[in-house]
Amino acid sequence: MSTKDDELLRELALEEYKYGFTTDIEMDIAPKGLTEDTVRLISAKKNEPEWLLEWRLKALRHFFKMEMPAWQNFEHPEVDFQDISYYAAPKAKPKLNSLDEVDPELLSTFEKLGIPLDEQKVLAGVVAVDAVFDSVSVKTTFREKLKEQGVIFCSFGEAVQEHPELVKQYLGTVVPQTDNIYAALNSAVFSDGSFVYIPKGVRCPMELSTYFRINAENTGQFERTLIIADEGAYVSYLEGCTAPMRDENQLHAAVVELVALKDAEIKYSTVQNWYPGDKDGKGGIYNFVTKRGLCKGDNSKISWTQVETGSAITWKYPGVILKGDHSVGEFYSVALTRNRQLADTGTKMVHLGKNTRSKIVSKGISAGVSHNSYRGLVKIGPGAENARNFTQCDSLLIGDRCGAHTFPYIESRNKTATLEHEATTSKIGEDQLFYLTQRGIDPEKAVGLIVNGYAKEVLNQLPMEFAVEAQKLLAISLEGSVG
Amino acid sequence: MLSIRNLHASVEDKAILKGLDLEVKAGEVHAIMGPNGSGKSTLGNVLAGRESYEVTEGEVLLDGKDLLDLAPEDRAREGVFLAFQYPVEIPGVSNINFLKTALNEIREYKGLPPMEARDFLNRVKEKQKLVEFDAKLANRSLNEGFSGGEKKRNEIFQLAMLDPKLAILDETDSGLDIDALRIVARGVNQLRSKDNAFIVITHYQRLLEYIVPDFVHVLYNGRIVRSGTKELALELEEKGYDWIKETVDAEGAV
Repeated sequence: MSTKDDELLRELALEEYKYGFTTDIEMDIAPKGLTEDTVRLISAKKNEPEWLLEWRLKALRHFFKMEMPAWQNFEHPEVDFQDISYYAAPKAKPKLNSLDEVDPELLSTFEKLGIPLDEQKVLAGVVAVDAVFDSVSVKTTFREKLKEQGVIFCSFGEAVQEHPELVKQYLGTVVPQTDNIYAALNSAVFSDGSFVYIPKGVRCPMELSTYFRINAENTGQFERTLIIADEGAYVSYLEGCTAPMRDENQLHAAVVELVALKDAEIKYSTVQNWYPGDKDGKGGIYNFVTKRGLCKGDNSKISWTQVETGSAITWKYPGVILKGDHSVGEFYSVALTRNRQLADTGTKMVHLGKNTRSKIVSKGISAGVSHNSYRGLVKIGPGAENARNFTQCDSLLIGDRCGAHTFPYIESRNKTATLEHEATTSKIGEDQLFYLTQRGIDPEKAVGLIVNGYAKEVLNQLPMEFAVEAQKLLAISLEGSVG
Repeated sequence: MLSIRNLHASVEDKAILKGLDLEVKAGEVHAIMGPNGSGKSTLGNVLAGRESYEVTEGEVLLDGKDLLDLAPEDRAREGVFLAFQYPVEIPGVSNINFLKTALNEIREYKGLPPMEARDFLNRVKEKQKLVEFDAKLANRSLNEGFSGGEKKRNEIFQLAMLDPKLAILDETDSGLDIDALRIVARGVNQLRSKDNAFIVITHYQRLLEYIVPDFVHVLYNGRIVRSGTKELALELEEKGYDWIKETVDAEGAV
């Protein structure tokens, strides 16, 4: 790497985070601190039934007993759980029935983010959106249209009120409260999130999408998403996230649970662009998320696709429990880190049923002085006859001050299993860059082309309009990272 | 068109070019021959602006403009094209998308709007045919899994698409069998015009049977030591590079 490239590399951080603005809006914020009273307050604010309050309190008691794990490939930051506010909501209007009742500040915030909440403005019925601002869901679009097919798509809070039986039946069945310390915390204090139920045999007629926005200072965001695809149902779901630029770190500890019944399919895509902190590593989101899907019925399929470019630290392993026979789990990931960002991400595929199959494609991209780790577990249970897994994890380095690490774990308890693992590490070479610039292409564009080419297999998994967004996001995130 | 004066260049502090002079006019084809290590490929890389090659002395003008002052991408936009000796593979980047980006970047530099999709596709079809490049290859990832010959043919296809003023072919014949060589040469001959110029760098005379040069220069030890017409290439072929080495060393010119 020549000196000029090094210089350009160091300029990498200067690219501004486009979504760093804040929204000035009157907020209802809970005092900092975490006690049983905090949980009672949240539950009361949300007018929850007694059973849910009890469930939260039980989780809180677990949380207090749990300790921070130490296996992750980064120094876990000190998080003072008493210095966080666990609930922040735009000052309440009692109930929002139409868009006119939503605070115009909020609407303009989502407009700035390119999230259309006005159904008239959206291309007819392509994507339905649930917008979550700090702790609450602001607006869910196209609900009526979805309702015609029996599809339920609403905020988690509304689901608790209107479909308590479904929530009660599935909540915590995929990610138990005791799964890990952040899952326990989320179970105690989760604020809002999205809820989806696709009835038997229904193919959801549009992409469902949730857009998360952290705005308030010193708050954590703890959303909870629950998606249930009943027998033979299909749904494609996408989440996107951004946050303002703030000097202090903010905690985002979400839990996502997916349940696919017999013959059902869930495709879950994430474009994560939380504020990553500045070039010196100041500020940024701690993205500590637990996501898991359960292929409960035979022939069911769950597919995770993630494009991770934001957050100061990303720590998550979207996984699939392959319980039903012939069920399929997939994980496609692109994780890009630069500056001082850290990512420790991957997946867990747990094969329990017969003839279950899983596929893992992970593409890490590291630039600056960042560190990017793939950590994956493929577990074959004793009853998983003829289970198959294919894992491919590639790392791409930009510059020579970053790191890529791979931690693949395999636990097989059935001899009939077939496991394949491929891994590569490469560097954007001077040769590749020179080749493209020699044809007249700007060096930054050239890096964008190379990275997008490298990530193509994963980007191809995204729904069309989001794939385009993700490509742009990767290119923008790499501006100045010529190396 | 191209004027190289007293060019000195080094790689990792090792002097490779030691005072090279060359004048190329529009419409001309110049062949640069020479033994291994004489600086042939260095010349191509220096002209295209590869960063690891340092120019220590001399000047290069392209239509009066100081080429050495420009970044590689700007040299390309000014009309310098290097057909690489070893074209790299870029996985996942489609050949067509790459060419479209390149073409439009060059157009933007010249103050032209991006090419209409239909015009672009027509151009692709036309040039594919002209240089006998397989349409299937055009749609694949850039050079990924291409054979050596396919890569070289892709260079000529790109050359046809981008239509540069000055094309430098860096040992385009290396690793080609006779059929592929003929196709590549036919492509180049189709692209020759009174407005453009070619510098054909080669070790062997063979290529020059198909791409007939106006001038042949022999590079030895970083300088052009003999210039002539295509007969010089034949003489070289017959007598071998040792003949050059011996006579030049005897002259004490280096």
